[in-house]
Amino acid sequence: MSENVTLEILRYMPEVDSEPHFQTYTIPYRDDWVVLDGLNYIKDQVDATLSYRWSCHMAICGSCGMMINGEAKLACHAFLRDYRHGVIRIEPLDHFPIERDLVIVMDSFMEKLSSVKPYVITQEKKSLSDGENLQTPLQLMAFKQYTLCINCLLCYAACPQCGLNEKFVGPAALALAHRYNLDSRDDGKEQRADVVASNEGIWECTFVGACSEVCPKHVDPAAAIQQTKISASLDWFKARLMPGADR
Amino acid sequence: MELISTDIAIIGAGGAGLRAAIAVAEADPSLNVCLISKVYPMRSHTVAAEGGAAGVIKDNDSLEYHFHDTVAGGDWLCDQDAVELFVTMAPRELLQMEHWGCPWSREPSGKVAVRPFGGMKIERTWYAADQSGFHMLHTLFQTSLKYPSIRRFDEFYSTDLLVEDGRCSGTVAIEMRSGRMVAIQAKAVIIATGGCGRIFPFTTNGAIKTADGMALAYRAGVPLKDMEFIQYHPTGLPGTGILITEGSRGEGALLRNKDGYRYLQDYNLGPPDPWPRLKAMELGPRDRLSQAFWHEQKKGRTISTPHGDAVLLDLRHLGEKKINERLPMVRELAQSYAGVDPVHEPIPVRPVVHYTMGGIHTDIDGATPLPGLFAAGECACVSINGANRLGSNSLTELLVFGARAGHSAAAFAKANPAVSASAAREGTDAIQERIRELFVRASGSETVSGLRKAMHDTIERGAGIYRSEALLQETCRLLADLRLRYGKAQLQDRSNVFNTDLIQVLELGCMLEVAEAIAHSAIQRKESRGSHQRLDHPERDDQNYLKHSLATYRGGEPPAIGYCDVVITRSKPAERVYGGVAA
Repeated sequence: MSENVTLEILRYMPEVDSEPHFQTYTIPYRDDWVVLDGLNYIKDQVDATLSYRWSCHMAICGSCGMMINGEAKLACHAFLRDYRHGVIRIEPLDHFPIERDLVIVMDSFMEKLSSVKPYVITQEKKSLSDGENLQTPLQLMAFKQYTLCINCLLCYAACPQCGLNEKFVGPAALALAHRYNLDSRDDGKEQRADVVASNEGIWECTFVGACSEVCPKHVDPAAAIQQTKISASLDWFKARLMPGADR
Repeated sequence: MELISTDIAIIGAGGAGLRAAIAVAEADPSLNVCLISKVYPMRSHTVAAEGGAAGVIKDNDSLEYHFHDTVAGGDWLCDQDAVELFVTMAPRELLQMEHWGCPWSREPSGKVAVRPFGGMKIERTWYAADQSGFHMLHTLFQTSLKYPSIRRFDEFYSTDLLVEDGRCSGTVAIEMRSGRMVAIQAKAVIIATGGCGRIFPFTTNGAIKTADGMALAYRAGVPLKDMEFIQYHPTGLPGTGILITEGSRGEGALLRNKDGYRYLQDYNLGPPDPWPRLKAMELGPRDRLSQAFWHEQKKGRTISTPHGDAVLLDLRHLGEKKINERLPMVRELAQSYAGVDPVHEPIPVRPVVHYTMGGIHTDIDGATPLPGLFAAGECACVSINGANRLGSNSLTELLVFGARAGHSAAAFAKANPAVSASAAREGTDAIQERIRELFVRASGSETVSGLRKAMHDTIERGAGIYRSEALLQETCRLLADLRLRYGKAQLQDRSNVFNTDLIQVLELGCMLEVAEAIAHSAIQRKESRGSHQRLDHPERDDQNYLKHSLATYRGGEPPAIGYCDVVITRSKPAERVYGGVAA
């Protein structure tokens, strides 16, 4: 007899359910399947009403973040073989409202992302005829890891502070602000400071470090936030102890 | 139905859609843009492109070389005026990405680095390690946030184009979170929805690549051009179809059969130098490499895996340092999804459906024959890719022609006043009724997954790497039958909020129609050219088929296949030569 595995999936259809509930599905076990393959099996063979987001199946589009046995994971990067013994419990990402089943409402994140001005800001307009900006591999390395965020939101689900304060700008958006601040082509740090160095920004972080632990792309948002705190403190002291020094 | 009026509606918010939106916003900030996508922009499949984007920037290279590589790579089916424009605009578009913050990999001097790619005479592929598409997409998306005139409609699925008085005047879309339908009336519409790889069972394409935009245009009477040309990428992971970038071969990875032999030397691609010789061996074009696999398989020289036959991609001699620096994602993907660390073991790979050379028929400005409708990126066929796209031309294409379609649409919107709102309302009733019918249909006997599986099986049999009349006839017949059966598809989910069952039914409808266009275009092309190889017509036939095919929608009937001329300016069709003799 072939082996099976049991998935316990949080279901919520707002038009009919007064509150979320778990539904249990049994699927075949395959050694090379990820949790997403199991969800697709259910969708195609068992219950077409199950809803979840997914696309690339290679941990780059960031669509399929969910809680798997209480941990924030990409469903396409969590192998059944690692959860072989016992039931696998699957829930939508923590700290976000549920839209439907495993689909979260991510409006707040989209606003936060936008609020940190995640684009190159230059003091003087640069035209294409000026050619390429020179940027040495060392200069690139200074910010490269912070460009690797896929916006999968696992860090928001893992961060205790995101659970306590929904206004907290949060790990991914702050790491992205740091990415542009560190980019040798950018002069926008001051324009981002309003949001980044606000009470809802870096100072809300209590340095638990869960964001960096769950990141599937090995970005270290906790380090970004700590570095930003140090830099913001220095700016604050400079502005007060050395009048004019910040200009 | 709510009616929203705008200047320009863009369907699809991946690389081409975002580039188009920014082009409009920069051309005229007073023009309102509605950017509509069934996913959040950063989920778009541009994200999965790995190797890089081609553009001439180094002193040893020239636009002339890029032009000739592209035209020969496309087996002379490219429109040469479009290729000329493409290679000319490519460097400035890539430079623009650099100014917008794209983290291109660099030389020690700080200049942008380039790497070799298949079928290219000179290395000219700009790259950001092996996540070039990801970085381009996020750079474009983040940059787009600067422009207040761009209003996003994330997770809105476009079901139809609005067409009035022979002019495209907008689109109708389902807001996925509510199930509510909205009509977005626009002076010009750009389709930028990407490819249709999901018609096939084994593909690098993400779940969202379901031919939606192609079907929108097709149903509105715009022909689909050159749809028989489907690219198999030679190196995907068996089972998942996950792409292992051509950039790995650009860095020197080797392809070996079960005996460890570099089999490409048997297919006019040698000599097997130990170093990456441009345009030879592993740096030959994708069509030739995928075809070579097919022959090796026939000869029994492939290895067998639980997910089908494979050959071996060997990166070991590159060393851990170089692999980590240039190909970190390849290493991670191989470790996670194939259980091999390429530092120590070769990666099993096999050809996998990757790219649609054909698409919505457009001219060099991105305009379709339907006034007010434009298209760009993989969903469109300009055509710069001809019968076989060269690796790293597609990321550049979505920039060059995304921007160009944006400019064209902006000019059209300014020159042509809005159509009346009352006319739009009339069109939307029938559209809403069609969707409603899916919800009330009582006796449907077909499931989405069952129909999709049948489509996968028949398209793979008929329209694979090698094709023949008999197999294609069977595929055409089965697809016609599947379209009939599609009329009995049954929704299991009749709710409104984020109903992915509904979206899958609609996507399947798109795929079946576009699959039919592929199969009928393929059966009519009785020659072998680029990615279209006919066992029963093994030679290229310029006399009869140096033409673009045009598949025209005929409702429930199979498409009508017509042809139009290829634009040839200064490169006369010749034999495609690769390997050591191709200097």
